[in-house]
Amino acid sequence: MARLKILYFAWVRERIGTGEEAIERPEAGTTIAALLDRLGRTSAAHAEAFRDRARLRAALDQRFVPLDAPIGAADELAIFPPVTGG
Amino acid sequence: MSARLRILVSEADFDPGAELAALEALPGGAVASFTGLVRDDGGLAALHLDHYPGMTQRQIEAIAAKAMARWPLLGITIIHRHGTMAVGERIVFVGTTSSHRTAALESCAFLIDWLKVSAPFWKQAIGRDGAREWIEARPDDDARAEGWGGV
Repeated sequence: MARLKILYFAWVRERIGTGEEAIERPEAGTTIAALLDRLGRTSAAHAEAFRDRARLRAALDQRFVPLDAPIGAADELAIFPPVTGG
Repeated sequence: MSARLRILVSEADFDPGAELAALEALPGGAVASFTGLVRDDGGLAALHLDHYPGMTQRQIEAIAAKAMARWPLLGITIIHRHGTMAVGERIVFVGTTSSHRTAALESCAFLIDWLKVSAPFWKQAIGRDGAREWIEARPDDDARAEGWGGV
């Protein structure tokens, strides 16, 4: 099975308690939002971090995508708050 | 036209004078720059900047490519620090050079506006009492970047 690396940044990382985890890549057509629902059922920390979707942004293979984007054949998913650099 | 592009993402401080001198050494004749520092917001001791290492370089290159496509630039320098920076320390530098002052000034403003909304950095405020708080994104930053249109 192909693996999907998931990276977390800023308060998302702190709430989940890790900056990186790896899972089996979900079946084709699974959206990021659907994966977050699934991960949210695996631990209270994930559920809390993913509770308010309006505060989350995502990138697939290091490109910004909306949460309703399908994961497809991506190798790396990142979940984080809106960026605040500059 | 291809511009000399210098992008640096690092924990280390940088020397704006040396960066400006390097841009002045190019033949444009007009150099514009922006330096962002940690502002004393009352009670703030430092900022900590988290970033997404693999994506940061790619995003900054993409923003620079947009500026090069839009203005006749001879050089772009973008430096963004991560890690912990005390009040008064430099965080970010954007410098541009062109044969036209409008191109240098406008592209510099464009680059910092887009860096704020599309480079994957996150600021955490560290208070003098040691309390840490992630800074929320500002909707007016999105509006400023989108105000450039057509990118």
